Amino acid sequence: MGYEWDFGIVFRDFDLLLLGLVNTLKVTGLSLLFGVPLGLMLALARLYGSWPIRLPVGFVIEFLRTTPPIAQLFWFFFALPILIGVEIDPFRASVLTFSLQSSAFFAEVFRGGIQSIDKGQWEASKAIGMNRNATLRRIILPQAVTRMIPAFLERAIELMKTTTLVSTISYADLLYQANNIAQSTYRTIEVFSVAAAMYFTVIFACSLAVRRLEKRLARSGETLVN
Amino acid sequence: MNQVLRIENLQKSFGDLDVLKGIDLTVEKGQTIVVLGASGSGKSTMLRCVNFMEVPTGGQIFLDGKLVGTDTNGRMDYAERDLTKLRAKVGMVFQHFNLFPHMTVLENVMEGPRTVLKCDKAECERRGKTYLDKVGLGWKADAYPAQLSGGQQQRVAIARALAMEPDIMLFDEATSALDPELVGEVLETMKELAEEGMTMLIVTHELGFAYTVADKVLFLSEGRILEQGTPSQVLTYPQQDGTKNFLRGHGTFRLPEPQID
Amino acid sequence: MGYQWDFSSVFANKQLLWIGLQNTLVLGSVCLVLGLFFGLFVGAARFSGKAWLYYPATVFVEIFRNTPVLVQIMWFFFAFPIISPFRIDAFTAASLGLTLNTIAFSSEIYRGGLQSISKGQWEAGKALGMSYNEQMRRVILPQVVRRMLPAFMNRAVELFKMTSLASVIAYGELMYQAKVVSTIDFNPIEMYTTVALIFFAVLFPFTILVRRFETNSSAGR
Repeated sequence: MGYEWDFGIVFRDFDLLLLGLVNTLKVTGLSLLFGVPLGLMLALARLYGSWPIRLPVGFVIEFLRTTPPIAQLFWFFFALPILIGVEIDPFRASVLTFSLQSSAFFAEVFRGGIQSIDKGQWEASKAIGMNRNATLRRIILPQAVTRMIPAFLERAIELMKTTTLVSTISYADLLYQANNIAQSTYRTIEVFSVAAAMYFTVIFACSLAVRRLEKRLARSGETLVN
Repeated sequence: MNQVLRIENLQKSFGDLDVLKGIDLTVEKGQTIVVLGASGSGKSTMLRCVNFMEVPTGGQIFLDGKLVGTDTNGRMDYAERDLTKLRAKVGMVFQHFNLFPHMTVLENVMEGPRTVLKCDKAECERRGKTYLDKVGLGWKADAYPAQLSGGQQQRVAIARALAMEPDIMLFDEATSALDPELVGEVLETMKELAEEGMTMLIVTHELGFAYTVADKVLFLSEGRILEQGTPSQVLTYPQQDGTKNFLRGHGTFRLPEPQID
Repeated sequence: MGYQWDFSSVFANKQLLWIGLQNTLVLGSVCLVLGLFFGLFVGAARFSGKAWLYYPATVFVEIFRNTPVLVQIMWFFFAFPIISPFRIDAFTAASLGLTLNTIAFSSEIYRGGLQSISKGQWEAGKALGMSYNEQMRRVILPQVVRRMLPAFMNRAVELFKMTSLASVIAYGELMYQAKVVSTIDFNPIEMYTTVALIFFAVLFPFTILVRRFETNSSAGR
């Protein structure tokens, strides 16, 4: 293999890659911001709604979870604008898609968390005269959320990986920038490798943080359960 | 005569299984009533029907002389809102304590007054401390439930129920999940409550406790009251075979717990 | 919304979509079989506790678990051919990326499964005079695989969703066919809706099956 590596070109355009990384984080962050509260609402609707609410919400959650994100993104970018007659730029389409997509996953995390809380907690709250809303807000969710934190963060990491799809609708995320630079410099292997390394650095750091947190929670979890 | 609770022809089925087949019971103010029975006799279900943790399938319950729910031609309807209000006036202590693990002991006791009765924070705190002191755990106010022994946790659970200043307290096998050496302190707390005139309905297996503390003992069998009377009538001179077998199964009659003070 | 839905152009192209679906299933199945097979060895390598097995396996797993799969596919399609002695077409690049990704994720499932089996099972096998391989094959794996089945099926569903990424490098799977047809016939609404429905129809039964397994195994515990 007589290939001569040359990373110089990559580092000349490194600021472009960094810009891409910032955009990646922007889409991820905003999608989380919308996706988490929406997920909680979906979870509550699926758990406690009457059937005309529960069934459609359940269907939407399952649909968003079992269809490929790229199909969803293309739908919101190419199809939805025609349907509603309003132009949607790549950034908005991305945030819209990933907010909805992640909300479906977060809904299941919330649901699992809520259901994991011991039935006795509900009974004790009921016995002192608390209604369902107060019980959820004051007793169940505070306990469930602590338990759900690792699952949340894992989902957030998955989300960050999935946002690479936005490059296919020309939003300038890290992968898109890498692809552009690669095509203009013909240093494909260097550019893609560096981009991959950047993804790895950010995502691996997050994973390590999650794992540490998980261990800590597992230890304190012993004291959380009564 | 001041009736706190009256139960008429109480019935409860789970699917095809009839657990309660018509129970009548009157509890007067200040009375301590102990309910005995083998597992599956329906005693816990009866207790859980009183504060509507389980909604009865038949019969009527009167609290403070007032019928709970609305009666439409013999069919009872219960609005969740009314039940929530009722539960605030009926205290319950569970076998597994069910303390809120993410709150301190004091916060546990304050939670009901604060969220349900909406009293202001200072008043809640005062109330919380009063009842913690009452069960002898004022000094543990800032601890978390996990840092307490089982007996202490159960006493906090009693304080949590008392803080609502209920008309009646229900105890659902409050000592069954405790290690034997921790049972005494909880029974002692319950006994003090009885002596202070709290109205109590207690499901337990502690025959000694029933003998010394109860004003009346009920023996439940297959969803019906098989025998009732004073402790000595039911425990020492049982008339029914079912009661006799049950008492025989408990081996030698257990004496009252030794006094702590 | 006065949009007139018109699925006729979708039906006119059903042959293309059918080919696309077949390609999706071929790509997904190849990667699933290879991924689960080699995942066992990588998982066992990380489980073994031998440094010369553990560290390379761990590096491999972390790299593939902590980079986006689209980056992996594009790397194998655009970058890898430069240093590869073989010709890399879209199918090869996609299956390389997806297989390695599946190996990494399934190895973690195997490892978790192996760790969940108590030491006593190994010792009981050893006491019967079984070799390490025999203990693994006869005693441990049969227990692990059953326990891990829901996780594997989840992984399979994820994998089949990921095959749609091969459309980015122009492999003719379902998503790609939809993209091509929708640009020619200009019917993105009907086309992408149909594709989403096809994926849902194929994958949803599996997720239901997974859930049944999960509730069964937790009830049996």
